[in-house]
Amino acid sequence: MTGKRLWSWLAVVLGGLYFLLPLVGMFDFSLRMQRDGYSFEAYRIVLTDAQFQQTFGYSVGLALLTIVLGILIVVPTAYFVRLRFPGLRPIVEFITLLPLVIPPIVIVFGYIRIYNTSSILPLTGSWWGTNILLLFGYATLSLPYMYRSVDTGLRTIDIASLTEAAQSLGAGWSRILAIVILPNVFVSVLSGAFLTFAIVIGEYVFAALLNVNSFGPYMVWMGGNRAYEPSALAVVAFIITWACMGLIQLFTRFSKFSTVRR
Amino acid sequence: MAFLDIHHLEKSFGALRVVKDFNLGIEKGEFVSFLGPSGCGKTTVLRMVAGFETPTSGAIRIDGQDVTAAPANRRKIGMVFQAYALFPNLTVEQNIGFGLRVAGEGKTETAKRVAEMLELIGLPRLGSRYPFQLSGGQQQRVALARALAVRPQVLLLDEPLSALDAKIRVSLREEIRRIQRDLGITTIFVTHDQEEALSMSDRVVVMHQGVADQVGTPFEIYNRPATRFVAQFVGTLNLLDADLMDAAAGHIRLGDVPVALNRTLPGRVGDRISLALRPETVALGRREHGSVVLAGHIAEVHFLGSVIRIRVTVAGQLVSLDTFNRPDRPPPAVGTPVEVSVSDRDLLVLAA
Repeated sequence: MTGKRLWSWLAVVLGGLYFLLPLVGMFDFSLRMQRDGYSFEAYRIVLTDAQFQQTFGYSVGLALLTIVLGILIVVPTAYFVRLRFPGLRPIVEFITLLPLVIPPIVIVFGYIRIYNTSSILPLTGSWWGTNILLLFGYATLSLPYMYRSVDTGLRTIDIASLTEAAQSLGAGWSRILAIVILPNVFVSVLSGAFLTFAIVIGEYVFAALLNVNSFGPYMVWMGGNRAYEPSALAVVAFIITWACMGLIQLFTRFSKFSTVRR
Repeated sequence: MAFLDIHHLEKSFGALRVVKDFNLGIEKGEFVSFLGPSGCGKTTVLRMVAGFETPTSGAIRIDGQDVTAAPANRRKIGMVFQAYALFPNLTVEQNIGFGLRVAGEGKTETAKRVAEMLELIGLPRLGSRYPFQLSGGQQQRVALARALAVRPQVLLLDEPLSALDAKIRVSLREEIRRIQRDLGITTIFVTHDQEEALSMSDRVVVMHQGVADQVGTPFEIYNRPATRFVAQFVGTLNLLDADLMDAAAGHIRLGDVPVALNRTLPGRVGDRISLALRPETVALGRREHGSVVLAGHIAEVHFLGSVIRIRVTVAGQLVSLDTFNRPDRPPPAVGTPVEVSVSDRDLLVLAA
């Protein structure tokens, strides 16, 4: 092995240790709930906890709804910006990046100010209203990821020709979007969707300040009140996030017509 | 009134007028080509017929109905694109059946029509493939079948052969023409390739700077070009400057050589005029009666295989002429003094 390669490997190993050691430590700790050796006791407690099931189920449901809402907002927007208003692209891109620039706490305080019980639209006053507000908030948070990936997907197909071909065959806008455009950017939509899922599952600030009992606040509550279970929960959350990333890779690679590139 | 009637069509993008007072009537079942260099407005006219561009003024009527303001998806027009534009997520069958599905046709009806179309384009066994699994020529055939499946009133072809290699291009253009004849469908074909336009069309529209310079049969376009542009754009052409001596008697002077054209010419004595002649109408040597004979010497010889293109300097100007290759007669050497003859009918006087 040459000296150069040795240094490269050393850098990889050091970097790997930097990232992996805390995880290994956390995982190790999560297994030590019982004095007499390693066990999955902490995991058993967490996974059978009714509150875990309730909050996790709620967050999963909300994440799926967020994805649907995100697709409904982002796909037509990105499509029409590319097709008809290319000049608006920098502006739309700037808007979709705002949630990365403005801290969630600022956004949620804005929501509370605008939609409080003494406003014209008192969304925070009811269970439904609060949930809808949270859903809209999450859709906003997902914009940067959703828009970028969908826009990249649209770049790989000739949307102008496909649209005109579909139009000349009698199709209207909704059909063009549903049958022609969406399936062709489906892989990109999925990668945006999995990122959205990972964000919504662990989100804390919106949920806590809107007083919604979702998975994020549950994890924080757990962290403040137990010893071993939080580590188990963190590992579970990590696995979910990684599974999402893995699924992105999987879908990108095994898409039926992903070899089509113009 | 013609089946497809284009009436005083104009299109401007900002201050730029890309189509100027375009008029054309196309009969049912006719195959018309729009021929011109890029940027001449041919595709813009086609896109206005398809409904993808809105005319600045003018009207488009199909079968007596004004469709000028109708959206593209209500026009019953089939379109084939240069880039195929097949839906990558659908199989060949689904692509061909797309328009029928949109129109709400039943499953058995659709399947029957799709099978019919696959037979028509000669790809009956490729129905379950995806577009990326097909060659360019096959993809364009599927695109043609997809456009024809819905039985459109008019078929528009936007440079459908440009992305294909030369051999496929020739075979596919014959096939397109055959299918068009079989179905008797009114067709507009946009191309910048004169060979395609001349070989396929009933009539050719030569476009130049947004104007239809000449509309005519391929024979007329090639042999009797109406403008200098048409003469230069279609085929190879010799352009010679001459002086008009006697318009009524048809006497002109080519350099120092007087030439009698034996027909009345436009213009006045002393006018500078342009003469055009096709290389294949010029012969080496002196021909009999009715020919104009000019003296000169060989300037260049290009051996092209079956044809030899020779350039002769005549009255200070270069004239290209084509002769067939004959193994027993080698081409003349450069500098040899020769005579060339041309029938006075083949000397075209061009409007500037």
